[in-house]
Amino acid sequence: MHGSRLRKNLLTAMLLGPATAWLVVFLVLPFIAIAVFSVGERAPEGGYQAAFTFAQYANLPARATAFWNTMVLAPVGALACLLVAYPVAYYLALKAPQRWRLILLALVVIPFWTSLLMRTYAWMYVLGGRGIPALLAFVGIEDVRLINTPGAVLLGIVYGYLPLMILPIYVSLERLDRRLLEASADLGATPISTFLGVTLKLSLPGVMTGFSLVMILLLGEYLIPTLLGGGKVFFIGNALVDLFLQSRNWPFGSAIAITLVLVSVVVLIAANRISTRVSGARRVDLI
Amino acid sequence: MRAFVIAVFAFLYLPIALVVLFSFNAGHHASEFTGFSVQWYGKALANPFLVEALKNSLFIATTSASLAALCGTAAALGLARVSVRTRAVFDALLGAAIVVPGVVIGISTLVALVQLFGVVNPFLASIWPDDQPPRLALGYGSIIAAHGLFSMALVTMIVGTRLGSLDRNLVEASSDLYATPLTTFRSIVLPQILPAVVAGFLLAFTFSFDDFIVAFFVAGAQTTLPIYVFASIRRGVTPEINAIATIVLVASVLLVVLAQWQLRQRKPSN
Repeated sequence: MHGSRLRKNLLTAMLLGPATAWLVVFLVLPFIAIAVFSVGERAPEGGYQAAFTFAQYANLPARATAFWNTMVLAPVGALACLLVAYPVAYYLALKAPQRWRLILLALVVIPFWTSLLMRTYAWMYVLGGRGIPALLAFVGIEDVRLINTPGAVLLGIVYGYLPLMILPIYVSLERLDRRLLEASADLGATPISTFLGVTLKLSLPGVMTGFSLVMILLLGEYLIPTLLGGGKVFFIGNALVDLFLQSRNWPFGSAIAITLVLVSVVVLIAANRISTRVSGARRVDLI
Repeated sequence: MRAFVIAVFAFLYLPIALVVLFSFNAGHHASEFTGFSVQWYGKALANPFLVEALKNSLFIATTSASLAALCGTAAALGLARVSVRTRAVFDALLGAAIVVPGVVIGISTLVALVQLFGVVNPFLASIWPDDQPPRLALGYGSIIAAHGLFSMALVTMIVGTRLGSLDRNLVEASSDLYATPLTTFRSIVLPQILPAVVAGFLLAFTFSFDDFIVAFFVAGAQTTLPIYVFASIRRGVTPEINAIATIVLVASVLLVVLAQWQLRQRKPSN
């Protein structure tokens, strides 16, 4: 009896061992390392030297532009995604012909699983000198600068993350009990008040899931601002790459990284709170 | 509304379509299509740096996805056997591996590994009998591990979900019929979770193959395809990049379609 129990525990340990080791060595320890680094000092030749100071955190305003851009463009980008995504999700879940539904859904998902680098590159191509500007010049509108503007970054954000917003909203709308819509209409509600009172309300968990997912990913975004902002629209991700790989100021970079993680955690918790308060319903899990 | 939806689909696919179209352009100019040609594909595949980066990416993606599928599946099976509290801790770590931004994963892995190498390399040098001690450095190993972290978490969740919907009665019936645990695993559990494992592997492969930001930090002297493409894009847009982009897009689409198809596989009927 005792022996078999021991054997069972041993098996469990063997099953979980590699994953635990992986998580500890490549997630927990690195996180502790940057936490320690963030209270250290930059060594004269670059890198890190031990200290205990909060000077790095006090210095965060030096990168205020990156924080400001991220904290503005992340929610605005997520909101723009939402405004475009909602009608699409609504159409796919409630209006599209049954046999088209899965195909259309697959068409939404496919871009999301293809390389963000390549998709962002595609817009660089379209917005760059030889794309739309060349087309505009052809019809007589000269000197239009589209790329390397905040607008281009916003466009890239909507393009890159739209599928991730459509999917959870679709899932929550698809689960919606259609009899509720009929009941609402039978009780004399106008289509608009049915939409606001029933459909929109019941899809809020999906909206919150999509919004927080997109927000979280945008907080750490690097490629879109780099390629479409052309070094003019700095995000926190750009500041981090710059600090670690160019100026080699590891402690300051670590302080920014820790702050970024804390902001992400706050966003996640807030999204969770709001979604449970708004709907009382479970968030839509994507995995 | 339908018009709006059609416009959104056009928005999603037109830029990609343009890149694909111009990858077949005979001319050098990106704004006018001067004839069909596959010369840029030839040029891309004759570029030794590019081919090296492609090989690296394939090797890294295969290795990290295999390790992630193996360890992730084992973890999912193990998690079904532990207490609620242990499970909660583990789930939180897995969630963190997925949610923490790639930049931060890349940076923290870089910082931690550099520190670790700083301790291990002098130690190896001091105990090594001759003058050529092995040196740990950033490279394949660090990219594989850093990519695998996210992928393993993903596989654990996908397989875990599948295990959750597994018919317990079958497992019980099997052991009631005196099947050994191993036989039960092989003939009941494994066939049911296999599609999830394969789908996890394919998604992990796609992620690793596409990832730029994590590899950018931990690649050391190695180059992966996205790193190469990123560097070439910054030097200027060329038809050659269009060809590479097209190849990568087609490959990822095929992989994802394959993964979805695996996930939708029906349980094998007995």
